[in-house]
Amino acid sequence: MSGYASGIVAILCINLIFAYGVYVTAAAGQLNLGGAGYQAIGAYAAAVLSTQGWTPGWGTIPAAMIISALVGFLIAFPVLRTRGVYMVLATFAFAQVVSGVLLRTSLFGGAIGMVVPDYLPLSVLILAAVLTTLFVFFLMASRFGLAIRAIHDDEAVATIMGVDVRGMQVTVFTIGGALAGLSGALYAHYFSFVEAQYFNPNLSIFVLLFVLIGGTQTAWGPLAGSLFFTLIPEALRIGGSWRFVVFGVTIVLMMAIRPEGMITRTLIARISSLFHRRPSSSALSLPNARPDLPDARMGDQHAK
Amino acid sequence: MPNEDMLQINGLAKRFGGLMVTQDVSFTVRRGGRKALIGPNGAGKTTLFNLMSGVYPLDLGTISLDGARIDHLPSRKRIAAGLSRSFQNIRLMPHLSVIENVMLGQHSQIVGPLALFNPIGLMRGNQARKAAEDRLKRAGLDVDPDGPVSGLPYGTRKRIEVVRALMSNPKLLMLDEPAAGLNPKETSELSSFLKEEAESGLTLLVVEHDMSFVHDLCDETLVLNFGRLIYDGPTGEVQNDPAVREAYLGTRRVSNAGGDRAA
Repeated sequence: MSGYASGIVAILCINLIFAYGVYVTAAAGQLNLGGAGYQAIGAYAAAVLSTQGWTPGWGTIPAAMIISALVGFLIAFPVLRTRGVYMVLATFAFAQVVSGVLLRTSLFGGAIGMVVPDYLPLSVLILAAVLTTLFVFFLMASRFGLAIRAIHDDEAVATIMGVDVRGMQVTVFTIGGALAGLSGALYAHYFSFVEAQYFNPNLSIFVLLFVLIGGTQTAWGPLAGSLFFTLIPEALRIGGSWRFVVFGVTIVLMMAIRPEGMITRTLIARISSLFHRRPSSSALSLPNARPDLPDARMGDQHAK
Repeated sequence: MPNEDMLQINGLAKRFGGLMVTQDVSFTVRRGGRKALIGPNGAGKTTLFNLMSGVYPLDLGTISLDGARIDHLPSRKRIAAGLSRSFQNIRLMPHLSVIENVMLGQHSQIVGPLALFNPIGLMRGNQARKAAEDRLKRAGLDVDPDGPVSGLPYGTRKRIEVVRALMSNPKLLMLDEPAAGLNPKETSELSSFLKEEAESGLTLLVVEHDMSFVHDLCDETLVLNFGRLIYDGPTGEVQNDPAVREAYLGTRRVSNAGGDRAA
């Protein structure tokens, strides 16, 4: 594989794991605009441990995951006191704090960044991406996944059904932290260099776009979103600097045409009914063209 | 000796600001009983349900289920204690399929953190999924289990919500207007399904406006008016009770201006 191609595959693997980190919280209805903060913590944890001669070299990966998971867990408590757009702002602020701390601490090399001695080959990144994807698919197919999707739809009813809403929300922030941290650690070891400027607000916005444009309804969404956002800009390179315009217009069009994301449950049902011929597929015969959108708020007036 | 009363409500009171929404509400529902809760709009029926399921904290009073106090339990633990409910306006999860909505009802039944990772959505032969499909069939609901709930007819969604509430194997099932919006056929199907469930030990408390449904299903009736209980007795005599007639129809009173006015 050429250096260019393997670089793209590496970024794709990192983006995919990163996207799943943001996805697990989004699936529970929590928007995380601080993805870069969690990723930076994983990357710097791996970098610091690697320069300290942590053995074996790959041992920095689980260590980085545990550290970023712990941060995810602790940050969940103040963040979960906020809702909606305020949660987006709180997570965004968290990433800014992380970036500020990294730039101002000499242990982390400040603005110069850090060289990471241990190198991990592309195969490790691919393996990690595959395992993460399988893990998230499994998680979403489990009772845990059902519970967080229920929280996404209606917290009050989920509570009455016996779901520990707060516990689940903290758990998804912890898992999300671990996955974002994993992606950061892999980044550090593959590119052998980390700098705080890389983990900037743009990165947080992009990874959230991977998830939202890909679709939060199924674990296919982040996969589609990461592929789309990693490969389309590369494919558009022929067009020179116009590619950013084309890319931006594409995003706006995607949001207009498929507001629930590229991959929805209805789409999956349609595709799977092509393979299993079920006699009645209500997904196909729906009069309502937008079954993937929530009904008008169905709550009784008292229960909120 | 087991307690004769499945549900005991004692001196329940709730105030929203300056408004007493329920006042000194006390009643019991016997084990396996089918009791209706009726009353004019705004009488506090749904509020009473919300108090019982823990959506709001109580100001005063106690709630006991099967002899054990549940009023101190947080909302999410009351379903495990045996109290399950449906909602006045359908509150199925719009992004979950029919079967997923029903399986959500099993959530309180799972034991231990490992059960959280039971991959219920991976295999069609999964036990939890089978149990949910069986329950749907027993309720007479012939729907695509993997289809979205949002496109289904109102009456079907209403009954899916009842099935979801039953999945927790409750001791007491509280239904908030289960027959509203159902056609006569669906209403009688729902009624006989609920009677079957009650015969196998389920206790029912039902808010309903459809009096023929109430007469068919419930042997006893409570009437709530302005947050107070004004009747607790056999369903057959409720329409003859003077206090109930007054609450629904008003009293005839000659006002100073001359004309009749309904209070």
